[in-house]
Amino acid sequence: MNQTAGILFQLGQSLLLVAVAPLWLGWVNQWRAWLQNKRGAGLFQPYRGLAKLFNKEALLAHRASPLFRATPYILFGCMWLAAGIVPVLATSLPYSPAADVIALVGVFALARVFMALAAMDVGTAFGSLGARREMLIAFLAEPALLMVFFTASLISHSTALTTIVETLAHKQFALYPSMAFASVAFLMALLAENARLPVDNPATHLELTMIHEAMVLEYSARHLALIEWASSIKLLTYTVIGIALFLPFGIAQAGDWSALPVAVGALLAKLAVAGPGLALLETLSAKLRIFRAPEFLGTAFLLAVLGMLTHFLLET
Amino acid sequence: MGLAAVLPIDLAIGALVCWLLLGLAGLSLQGMPRLVSGAVFPAGALISLMVLVVGIWGAGQGAEAAVLPLGLPGLPFHLRLDALSAFFLALLGGVSFGISLFAAGYLRHMDGPTLGLLCLEYHVFLASMGLIFLADDAYLFMVAWESMALSSYFLVTTDHKIPDIRRAGFLYLLMAHLGALAILLCFGVIQGGHGDYSFAAMRGNHLSPFWATAAFLLALVGFGAKGGVLPFHAWLPEAHPAAPSPVSALMSGVMLKTAVYGILRVTFDLLHAPIWWWGALALGLGLLTALFGVMFAAVQTDMKRLLAYSSIENIGIILAGIGLTLLFHSYGETALAALTLTATLYHSVNHAFFKGLLFLGTGSVLNATGERNLGRLGGLIHPMPWVAMLTLVGTLAIANLPPLNGFVSEWLLLQAFLLTPGLPHPYLNMLIPVAAGALVLASALAAYVMVKFYGITFLGQPREERLSQAQDAGLWERAGMGWLALGCLALGLFPVFVIRHLDSAVALLAGGSIGATAAQSGWLFLTPVAPARASYSPLFFLLVIVAVVLLTFLVVRRLYHGKIRRSDPWDCGYPAQTARMQDTAEGFGQPIRQIFEPVFLMERHLPDPFDRQPVYRVQVGDRLWQWLYLPVARLAERLSSLIGRLHHGRIHLYLMYSFATLLFLLLFTQ
Repeated sequence: MNQTAGILFQLGQSLLLVAVAPLWLGWVNQWRAWLQNKRGAGLFQPYRGLAKLFNKEALLAHRASPLFRATPYILFGCMWLAAGIVPVLATSLPYSPAADVIALVGVFALARVFMALAAMDVGTAFGSLGARREMLIAFLAEPALLMVFFTASLISHSTALTTIVETLAHKQFALYPSMAFASVAFLMALLAENARLPVDNPATHLELTMIHEAMVLEYSARHLALIEWASSIKLLTYTVIGIALFLPFGIAQAGDWSALPVAVGALLAKLAVAGPGLALLETLSAKLRIFRAPEFLGTAFLLAVLGMLTHFLLET
Repeated sequence: MGLAAVLPIDLAIGALVCWLLLGLAGLSLQGMPRLVSGAVFPAGALISLMVLVVGIWGAGQGAEAAVLPLGLPGLPFHLRLDALSAFFLALLGGVSFGISLFAAGYLRHMDGPTLGLLCLEYHVFLASMGLIFLADDAYLFMVAWESMALSSYFLVTTDHKIPDIRRAGFLYLLMAHLGALAILLCFGVIQGGHGDYSFAAMRGNHLSPFWATAAFLLALVGFGAKGGVLPFHAWLPEAHPAAPSPVSALMSGVMLKTAVYGILRVTFDLLHAPIWWWGALALGLGLLTALFGVMFAAVQTDMKRLLAYSSIENIGIILAGIGLTLLFHSYGETALAALTLTATLYHSVNHAFFKGLLFLGTGSVLNATGERNLGRLGGLIHPMPWVAMLTLVGTLAIANLPPLNGFVSEWLLLQAFLLTPGLPHPYLNMLIPVAAGALVLASALAAYVMVKFYGITFLGQPREERLSQAQDAGLWERAGMGWLALGCLALGLFPVFVIRHLDSAVALLAGGSIGATAAQSGWLFLTPVAPARASYSPLFFLLVIVAVVLLTFLVVRRLYHGKIRRSDPWDCGYPAQTARMQDTAEGFGQPIRQIFEPVFLMERHLPDPFDRQPVYRVQVGDRLWQWLYLPVARLAERLSSLIGRLHHGRIHLYLMYSFATLLFLLLFTQ
């Protein structure tokens, strides 16, 4: 494999993911608006929002520490790293070995811990409330998410995402009943980790129900812009991981330029469908009370475990 | 004698003697406390450095033995430095170097007599831990073990004027003795009636499965009691907070590892041919301990108790690792056993470094504010930036976040859990990957706990007025904490080198090693099994994040502006914001209390809506205390009151008892 081409692929892919993430968020929001009989703000609204925020003067609380100011950048860096590692368009990228699925979950955890700490930094009531809830959701969602990945890695005998995707995509077609359970569990974990309904409402500004929004209350201008951008990258990365795990067909090898158009087309088609799907899911479900979230995520965990057991019973 | 003739073991013995001498020097210099803190403790730190070097050097050499002309007549002390001892010596040296440096600054305000005694006990403690790792017969091992228990007991009860601390010390001593008793019996079983208590002879004994199992269970109880394994954990959250902070750091960082060393030494070295269910038992017990520890850590309100419970969690993880190693080992899966053991040893070092660092951090906070209760702290990042920054490293490391050290060992351990398909036992194959879920839950909860710990102590508004006057730690303290923080970073960023150093110890116990496999994609990528199976590169990780952070910062500055205005916090526009409106430690732990309610024994006082001065109080207790400890205590009380009936205080009755005993013994020996 050509090393330069591989590196170009990797750089291009992470840049693409970072650049396109707000667009995809716009697509989801647009569909959500349509499904709710609203007109919607248009596909490019997230970009307009970011531009507006970047141009504003940043307001910082008197008590904010350097940790508070550094967190948006760290968050952005973590998400960029995650976006660079996931096989989106091509597998076997040269730097994919830097992290496997477990490390990928670790990146998200790192970002989350910094976010929660920053939320507690100013010392407001809502900040610590948000931090506590975020960590609560996270410690419940993380085991479910990892169990999904473990199931996939037991099938492919590897925790490297590249190998997993190659096993699932390029080998001869096989149906994995375990992955059916795992996909449902993954979807539930995705909703929880990305602060979507029914666990958290990204559009809420009702103080008592906020989770993610409560954590970023004290941020403004460029800091807020970076955080929002990072969240949209996170959502897109999660979706792409889901696509790579459960619908990996059409993905290219790194440096294989001829397969690239097919890969891009396939990815676009999958994302175009996933957006309305997510919007529909969010429109149909109502927000859970915070203490119903453990049940929701407990179900996700059990489904993932069930998937793993199914793998042992039916697929070995 | 040329320099070439000096063996690592000679240096190790020399270092232990130096520690003892320094302890005595500290005692005799008690008139000059500044000299003790400013010279004796740094000298002790230098000895630690020597122990570290000896440990690293000795790991590469073969096993060396020495005989000390001390001990009982005809029963000299045997010492031996093999790869396992060398590894634990390196751990002791590496961690105690930072702690001794810290102690040099931390203890400088102590009054002379207390400091002199403390100095003696501290260095005896260090030396006896070193001796445990070097001992090559059960006799010396028990002497070292008991002197460690005693010296640490006196260290725990440094503030013996406080009744609670005396009680904590008593509980600790009691548990230490129960454990020591089990260990003594364990050695008795292993030596198999030959009367030779040297480890070399024990290694040669081939026990029947029944006696081997008995020895293993006794070792699990005895060393488990020292390590805080469920259900022998009760002393740990009492004793660790009671001790002065450097001592807590030493106890949590190193002393708990003597238990790990003991279990490894007995099960892998003295007893060979483990039975598979020993591993399953240790694995299950370890996971239970881990979950128990982290759940209780989440609901604590005292900084040091929180860390003590987190130590229970980490010992649980280490025990689970040992259990998994035993499982693989018993089925002859050498490569897998080597991987798991590497992860276990790696986690032991990691825990020593980050827990040491965190206990030192709490020590600095305690020194500056006089407060251990999380509910009265807050906002310390402003007056104490150094402590806050260094503690942040430990916080991220213990929360198992990449690219720090805690993550590496967790990652390795999870890899081992996922490799079980391959065992000849279908149920084990199925259950062990599921058990990995428990490990993940424990580690995710650890992140919750650490956000609570760090956020409430260092971030937010100060909950008391005087906190903003707190003084940052001095140079000695910073140096000590900085060393441990550097250790956390280095252990996290260069796993391939660390694993290569662990190799000889792993090879000694598991019969194989993974150093060569781990480095097959170069030193940048850690590949414990095969590159296609799993790989991880912490350095790459860090570089990408740092690069993106810098790039983003520059780009945002160039394209837009760096304008910033300070203002009051927004907080949804609520005008009145006081420090009391932040989450307290109780508040932050509330979801855990609610979700895992059956685990805790809770006593709650809820305010009535009509109360003039509403009070909310919640106390979380340990159910095991009620189910296990109290019944045993009651039984002991009843038995002793029965025996009390024999005590009449009349001399002729006592003479009659002696006479009867004598008669009985004469008949018995006939």
